[in-house]
Amino acid sequence: MFKIINAQFIAPGIKRFVIEAPRIARKQRPGQFVIVRVNERGERIPLTIERSDAEKGTVNLVVQSIGKTTTLLNSLETGDSILDIVGPLGKPSEIENFGTVVVMGGGVGTAMAYPTAAAMKKAGNRVITIIGGRNKDLVILEPEMRGVSDTVYVTTDDGSSGDKGLVTDRLRQLLENGTRVDLVLAVGPIPMMRAVADMTRKERIKTMVSLNPIMIDGTGMCGGCRVLVEGKSEFACVDGPEFDAHRIDFAVLVQRNAMYRDAEKQSLEDYRRECEYEKQKAAAPGEAEAACTLEGK
Amino acid sequence: MPPTKSNNPVPNKERIKMPRQHMPEQLPVIRAKEFTEVNLGYSAELARQEALRCLECAKPTCTKDCPVGVKVKEFVQLIVDGDFMAAAAKIREDNVLPAITGRVCPQEDHCEGACLLCKRGESLGIGYLERFVADYEQQHFDVKSIVKATPTGKKVAVVGSGPSGLTAAGDLIQKGHQVHVFEALHEIGGVLVYGIPEFRLPKKIIREQVDIMRAMGVVFETDVVVGRTVTINELLEEEGYDAVFIGTGAGLPQFMGIPGEHYNGVYSANEFLTRINLMHAYEFPKYDEPIVDFRGKNVAVIGGGNTALDAIRSALRLGAGKAYVLYRRSEAEMPARKEEVKHAKEEGIEFHVLTAPLEFQADEKGWLTGARCQKMELGEPDSSGRRRPVPIEGSEYVVPLSVAVIAIGTTANPIVQSTTPGLATTKKGYIQADETSQKTSRKGVFAGGDIVTGGATVILAMGAGRRAAAGIHEYLTNGEW
Repeated sequence: MFKIINAQFIAPGIKRFVIEAPRIARKQRPGQFVIVRVNERGERIPLTIERSDAEKGTVNLVVQSIGKTTTLLNSLETGDSILDIVGPLGKPSEIENFGTVVVMGGGVGTAMAYPTAAAMKKAGNRVITIIGGRNKDLVILEPEMRGVSDTVYVTTDDGSSGDKGLVTDRLRQLLENGTRVDLVLAVGPIPMMRAVADMTRKERIKTMVSLNPIMIDGTGMCGGCRVLVEGKSEFACVDGPEFDAHRIDFAVLVQRNAMYRDAEKQSLEDYRRECEYEKQKAAAPGEAEAACTLEGK
Repeated sequence: MPPTKSNNPVPNKERIKMPRQHMPEQLPVIRAKEFTEVNLGYSAELARQEALRCLECAKPTCTKDCPVGVKVKEFVQLIVDGDFMAAAAKIREDNVLPAITGRVCPQEDHCEGACLLCKRGESLGIGYLERFVADYEQQHFDVKSIVKATPTGKKVAVVGSGPSGLTAAGDLIQKGHQVHVFEALHEIGGVLVYGIPEFRLPKKIIREQVDIMRAMGVVFETDVVVGRTVTINELLEEEGYDAVFIGTGAGLPQFMGIPGEHYNGVYSANEFLTRINLMHAYEFPKYDEPIVDFRGKNVAVIGGGNTALDAIRSALRLGAGKAYVLYRRSEAEMPARKEEVKHAKEEGIEFHVLTAPLEFQADEKGWLTGARCQKMELGEPDSSGRRRPVPIEGSEYVVPLSVAVIAIGTTANPIVQSTTPGLATTKKGYIQADETSQKTSRKGVFAGGDIVTGGATVILAMGAGRRAAAGIHEYLTNGEW
């Protein structure tokens, strides 16, 4: 059991957990992740480590409610526990003084990019950060990113914060302005990472993306997280999660992530119905049960 | 040791004529739809009947051929005497997981294959008897009966809780050492829980065996990936362990390297079985981990080992319409236990031997639609001693499939090796270890099981765990490396 020391929403549907996990806190390096199982009947899902504190023995996880498991996780509060957390997994980001590094975070992906951005800055790089989201509320970790970057650009789809547009629009401008870029790290939704890869491929700029395919064990044992890298299968959990964006087959990534879409939908609907029932029961015990019986459950 | 006086009233020449007692089984039509155990176990009466068949050889070949050296003759005599708890204790001297080996060990390759009764008919049902005794012990187990060894003050870390790790832990705790087992997954048992399905080895059995070890004093810690969460060096230098046993298994699934292995619907056996066994995907949506819909679909497993049969029999239970085994050699070369092949056929699995897939085919969305296969014929023996499959020109055909499970073996997981400086490995990445003491190139570090030998069986891994425990005990006692 892993105790939640603190749980707070940092954006609508996005929660930061500070969790007691001394072994993981001690070993975590930027770019690594954990696998979490919430309860006895839970699935195992990979999650981003935003940062860790070796002395306090805590790790921070940033979770966006998308499916059942993440929604269930985000219903947990300070003082609750998570059944299993294992890690840190995956290869750490390659950190050295590359020169100028552009760190790009889309939505909750910014949490994964943050520790690498901090390490890049520490290694002497000039760090240009571009983070974005659908709107102002969904741009996360802006102050934190400002603390470890030379420049921070914010983009939103609706223009409610920073530039109106996509993170890739800002990258294009940088490149068109002749900014010398030695490395790009992009973490976010697959279409964003694919767009970044297409843009930097022409310019021959080394580009790393952090992938988040379906995983189970996270140690290389199951092979479920295989991604096609120049026609050959590699495992995101042990060979990644960071890969050279120019070698990745993004279409296969999209295809494989859709494998359980129906089941995921069903899980989430069942869970929401359950929550609704619990809520009704708490409000008016007798009625909720009667309603449920009528539905034929 | 002179044979103890036998209480078996049946004259030797009569014993040879006695038929082997059949294992009661769940009916194929019922079990093909359920994950409950196929073999139902001997009753006390059946066990005693079977035990009477033992010839009580002066030099028992069964014990000689057992990788952990179970004293078969002695425990079988105790069954004849009706003292089942004593029989269990006798087995436990050499085998800490009898309820497990009694179910999954390939006895025909070891004890039963060596049994003299084979020459006249069927061997003694040693596996069935072992299972009976172990289950009896489980039902009548009393924690108070555990006699703890005098503590030596030494601490041993065991990495991995599969068959080799559990065996090493069980032997070491009985020598009085402190034992701490680290497991990467959330359940104890390694391949026993993620690899072997409920219908062959119920999880309850593993949990009970582990509980006995807990009662003996073994400490288990889950969610620790040694090499990532903590390193071998840290265990030795910072956490105060005097020795480490590495039993991490052959964890990485092999793919065939043919086109289309990334299509949706193509699984490694490890992933498919992990979803089913560890994650209970067959109970979705009661459990959250999903699996693709098998109902009415054509499903094939590629491979001919126990894992392949476990996978295809699981697929059948998930509702597969047609379930095939595609194997590139003939049935004679299949490495699977004979009993599993028999059970699979009874359940309606179709065996397509001398068949090898060349590529997978999919629809426009990337979902599997079939496998283009080629027929093979057997040529000269290869390095494994088995006749090499040779493709027959012009024999290609397409098998329509919605799901394919690749069960062609595993390779070494590199996480521990790559994070442990000075640990010598083979060209294929397995850990090099001495064949008797299981010592590695690093002082205080021992290794055994599939991470040393490559994919093998539960009992061979257990044998390695036993040898390692003996090696560790010797090292901790005299300090010599």
